[in-house]
Amino acid sequence: MPKKSSPPPSSGSASGASAPQSSSPAVPSTGAPALDRAEALRLYRQMLLIRRFEERAQQIYVEGKIGGFLHLYIGQEAIACGIMSLLHKDDYFIGAYRDHGYSLARGADPRPLMAELCGKSTGISRGKGGSMHFYDVPNGNFGGDGIVGGHIVVAAGMGYAIRLRGSEQCVVCFFGDGAINEGAFHEALNVASLWDLPVVFVVENNMYGMGTAVERASAVTSLHERGAAYGLIHLPCDGMDIFAVRDTFADAFARARKEKKPTFVEVKTYRYRGHSMSDPGKYRTKEEVEKWQEQDPIARLGVFLLDQKFAQPADLEAIDAEVNLEVDECIRFAEESPWPPAEYMYEDVYVKTPYINWRAVEKDPAWELSLPEDRVPVDFEPFKAPATVKG
Amino acid sequence: MAILTMREALNQAMREEMQRDPNVFLLGEEVGHYQGAYKITSGLVQEFGDWRVRDTPIAEEMIAGVAVGAAWVGMRPIAEMMTFNFALLALDMMVNHAAKYRYMSGGQIRCPMVMRGPSGAAAQVAAQHSQSLESYFSHVPGLVVIMPSTPKDAKGLLKAAIRDDNPVVFMENEVLYNIKGEVPDEDYTIPIGLSEVKRTGHHVTIVAWSRMCYQSLLAADILAKEGIECEVVDPRTIRPLDEAPIFESVRKTNHCVIVEEAWPQASVGAYISDRVQRECFDDLDAPVMRVNAPDVPMPYSKVLEKLYVPQPEKIADTVRKVLA
Repeated sequence: MPKKSSPPPSSGSASGASAPQSSSPAVPSTGAPALDRAEALRLYRQMLLIRRFEERAQQIYVEGKIGGFLHLYIGQEAIACGIMSLLHKDDYFIGAYRDHGYSLARGADPRPLMAELCGKSTGISRGKGGSMHFYDVPNGNFGGDGIVGGHIVVAAGMGYAIRLRGSEQCVVCFFGDGAINEGAFHEALNVASLWDLPVVFVVENNMYGMGTAVERASAVTSLHERGAAYGLIHLPCDGMDIFAVRDTFADAFARARKEKKPTFVEVKTYRYRGHSMSDPGKYRTKEEVEKWQEQDPIARLGVFLLDQKFAQPADLEAIDAEVNLEVDECIRFAEESPWPPAEYMYEDVYVKTPYINWRAVEKDPAWELSLPEDRVPVDFEPFKAPATVKG
Repeated sequence: MAILTMREALNQAMREEMQRDPNVFLLGEEVGHYQGAYKITSGLVQEFGDWRVRDTPIAEEMIAGVAVGAAWVGMRPIAEMMTFNFALLALDMMVNHAAKYRYMSGGQIRCPMVMRGPSGAAAQVAAQHSQSLESYFSHVPGLVVIMPSTPKDAKGLLKAAIRDDNPVVFMENEVLYNIKGEVPDEDYTIPIGLSEVKRTGHHVTIVAWSRMCYQSLLAADILAKEGIECEVVDPRTIRPLDEAPIFESVRKTNHCVIVEEAWPQASVGAYISDRVQRECFDDLDAPVMRVNAPDVPMPYSKVLEKLYVPQPEKIADTVRKVLA
């Protein structure tokens, strides 16, 4: 029996699609399409939104308005924004708990995200997930996983579903350098390669798993080389440069969609803040942080915009002002939103289906209040910046 | 009605559901070309091919994780654990992923998957391969836990589990794979969370599931010869637990014995005992008594193993004590 066989043609909606053979030639490296003015400005604004959103979240965390863990993505914005700019609407992604940037880059309304941080009923997860658990399933956003490495095998499962259906979707799986020493990482990469699953694995190597430097945790510090052990195409990538990110991942997605080949990319990056809010970062020097900040991904895209004459300095300032207003609006929305009522506690535990004898659980609120249908995040009126900002 | 073994009934359930719904697929160690370590999946790879009957590497966290991921995006995977002892390596997937994401996402996600395989003691496979770990799974809100004792229940409940949209842990029993029983010819499901009175009686209520239900029915035969009529209630589903028929029976018999293959501490039986004493306190003529495995790992020697697993005579002794 051959190691890799095609899914049966009867097993899915797009049943006519023939599975590519493992011996087919690699998709040539073409990189990402060049950024036009509109797209470059959109990405600049998006990266800035992530940064300002998190700076303000940090602020109100200190004020006690956000509880629990708060893992900030500041410094790593080019990765989420570059990757999401290449995804199709029906693709899936899943990441770890440093997840604010993923949802914002995927285009989620930032207001329910801020409300989620504050534990309010209007939060994208109804105040039951918090910082580590942003999900927006209608947009393929399986968001944040709080168990280091656990979601990597789940991503393989999404890839397996795509193979069974025969569609041209792909899956992106984000995780940190701390996750690659978990067994789940190895189990997932092995089957992704063995079964040709359309999953792009992204290790965001920000050099520290919590406070432990990569070289103190991994025998191999060039992390992408671990992909070789499982026969994956593996590449390093500069995560502080959105152009490098887009070029690397455009090729990876093409391989996933056309050849059903997984790719393992090590994106080298840096988080400017501590691991979470409780981390003062004493394991690294001020000089090291400053050295990385010199390569700031937002500033670099700003330079590109000016060089290309896509924008004037005043335009960039106006974008920043508008983003700040949008974040103000997020804070207002979160603060004015109601707390979740007590019955939320018992909802969303089970799906109410006809296969369960409900008499058995009629006195158990966890079953009684579970709703029959999945919820979808509520749409709110779109944010519009006041006209004065642009002038 | 056909007479089938538990093994055949489980096989039929999966085959029929895979024929009925192209989103159902099976994965696990040796489920395909080997025909299943316990031959539960026999013949399925020939009928459905390698992609719907997926032989996997020995990597339980991956098996469960692939099932979870596929379920979240609309498939209906059945993940076979060669035995539930190995499911400990996949516990994170069930506890932190399958059971949690619906809640943590505010109801956006559903996880229509089944994890199934044999549980409990078999034949001299010693401490690591003989465990009854149902309390691990039934502890967790978000999971459904099913443990059938007859071929008919096994088929009807497995079909319901596959069609249900919640993550289901379906624990079979290796020793019961060859027992035979009547199974309806037509397509049927049995509601999840529905207890069944397997034998009626008026002297004592025995609550037992999976293999212990079978052992309890044998004990009831022994006791019937002494004029003691046992009512045996099989919850069949551990979570959600259909308590009403248990309480109803205890109110009639005024005595209750709970039999389980698992250890005594923090067990499903301990929970049922708590519920019975709380709900039926005024109806009880004696304390609820329990029959468990001894509070030690399973020994290898066949002499010790037989002592370890609750036998009909031991159950009968406990009933005599509760009635004394």
